Amino acid sequence: MPVFPTAPAILTVSGVSKTYEGGFQALKSVDLEIARGEIFALLGPNGAGKTTLISIICGIVNLSTGQVTVDGHDIGRDYRAARSKIGLVPQELTTDAFESVWDTVSFSRGLFGKTKNPAHIEKVLRDLSLWEKRDNKIMTLSGGMKRRVLIAKALSHEPELLFLDEPTAGVDVALRREMWEVVRKLRDVGVTIILTTHYIEEAEMMADRIGVISRGELILVEDKTELMRKLGHKELILHLQEPLAAIPPGFSDYDLSLSAQGHSLTYSYDTNAERTGIASLMRRLAEEGIRFRDISTKQSTLEEIFVNLVEERA
Amino acid sequence: MNLTAVAAIYKFEMARTFRTLMQSIISPVISTSLYFVVFGAAIGSRIQEVDGISYGAFIVPGLIMLTLLQQSLTNAAFGIYFPKFTGTIYELLSAPISPIEIVLGYVGAAATKSIALGLIILATAALFVDLHIEHPVWMMLFLVLTAVTFAMFGFIIGIWADGFEKLQIVPLLIVTPLAFLGGSFYSIKMLPEFWQDVSLVNPVVYLISGFRWAFYGTSDVSIALSLGMTLVFLAAPLAAVTYIFKTGWRLKS
Ligand SMILES: Nc1ncnc2c1ncn2[C@@H]1O[C@H](COP(=O)(O)OP(=O)(O)OP(=O)(O)O)[C@@H](O)[C@H]1O
Ligand SMILES: [Mg+2]
Repeated sequence: MPVFPTAPAILTVSGVSKTYEGGFQALKSVDLEIARGEIFALLGPNGAGKTTLISIICGIVNLSTGQVTVDGHDIGRDYRAARSKIGLVPQELTTDAFESVWDTVSFSRGLFGKTKNPAHIEKVLRDLSLWEKRDNKIMTLSGGMKRRVLIAKALSHEPELLFLDEPTAGVDVALRREMWEVVRKLRDVGVTIILTTHYIEEAEMMADRIGVISRGELILVEDKTELMRKLGHKELILHLQEPLAAIPPGFSDYDLSLSAQGHSLTYSYDTNAERTGIASLMRRLAEEGIRFRDISTKQSTLEEIFVNLVEERA
Repeated sequence: MNLTAVAAIYKFEMARTFRTLMQSIISPVISTSLYFVVFGAAIGSRIQEVDGISYGAFIVPGLIMLTLLQQSLTNAAFGIYFPKFTGTIYELLSAPISPIEIVLGYVGAAATKSIALGLIILATAALFVDLHIEHPVWMMLFLVLTAVTFAMFGFIIGIWADGFEKLQIVPLLIVTPLAFLGGSFYSIKMLPEFWQDVSLVNPVVYLISGFRWAFYGTSDVSIALSLGMTLVFLAAPLAAVTYIFKTGWRLKS
């Protein structure tokens, strides 16, 4: 089901499991393929194993079993080739303190073996609104700025595959928008992006595909629109002229509920069903003499889908 | 070989050194001067010459070694412990660099700093005593080999340590006693025979003896043995470092 069926996978994770020292199994045989150029959102509750998976791919945590290749390079045997393609923005705000923004970002580029390119560093800093702060020591920056320094470090060596582990935690609304603009631009130049977030509307807005991980298992990987369509319920809300005390008999075929002291009648239906049943419901309501002032519809958000999925499992 | 990365780490570490340049230089200079005042002038005036060398001059190589050992060890240990402590180690682990390159960067920078300090102490010592160095090339060789060896030990300690106490305990409890008992301030030939034999277990004896030979042409043990043992001490941490990165010991979970 990849979005770009023709594109070769830039990342292949097969049968990866991780048991931490002490015996806790954080990942249970995870399989995942990421197509070049897509934005993939990894969702899951706290402790699900998102960071563990990312850390394994990036070489920070050893895997217990399985195999990972980045653009065809095994992360163990061929770590140099694999890692040089990866940029990582870690979840924790881990920065140096005394170095300047410019120095720390240039340092990252050097670590990845790239020759100096001040023009590139300048562009990255400008894109992330850090240019004014380039000579400041990192410890004098705010939390959101430090987070952006981490992003700048990851972009300093022009990665093809970028991991963003909760990149917008602690970033204000305006800057979050700017950051997503940066992410979109990166995608436009062909960078593949894997992100985790607890702001589900963010995933909904940005991602091409969504993966849901729960208790170390990847329980779902799906094209976003497909997912929303498949699991999405739609609601039709009728705002009644006269309140109803109860749902009249004879409507038991419909999934109806009353709210707002009987002023709203909500009909939930499956967008996938061949017949939504809206037309017949309307007819029946007219026959019963139930009139309404207004109607509205509501589609379940990714957040609701996500909560349902994870709760089902729990 | 990712030499750009080695250079980046080296530069980063040297910048750390330069930020604290004054305290890095002043404290060894002051402590060396104190040693000279106490051992060289006050006590040394009552001690006869050792191996035909005035006592003040005799202790110069030992003093340099003492600082060299401590500085190489603590610098390299702090250099690698700090990123572990702050979490910035993630970047080293995820970068396309080999263990050898990481070691080259950190150990190279720590050794550079301690060698510079060694030379500063040498210059300070020249203010107090008449110095002549018989084999300057060998002197530099011993200086470099010792600095690198102990920087490697320090690097391992930095990886092993999971708290600041552990970071300080090895230099304090092991290296300083070994340096003092290794003949920094005396020739082990001055000891009773039994203690001479015991001293030969102390690796620092060979370092100091070889280093002193480079200065004055006299030594406690043969120069070939000194050099051989120095190389053995270099090989040991090298093997340990290779193992550490292979397994991710204390670095990766
Ligand atoms: N070094 C470690 N040693 C032992 N257990 C660990 C270690 N790191 C993580 N874990 C455990 O592995 C599980 C997964 O952790 P992980 O950090 O991958 O979760 P996550 O999905 O990123 O959560 P969050 O949304 O809170 O960031 C957790 O139960 C955690 O306690
Ligand atoms: Mg996490």
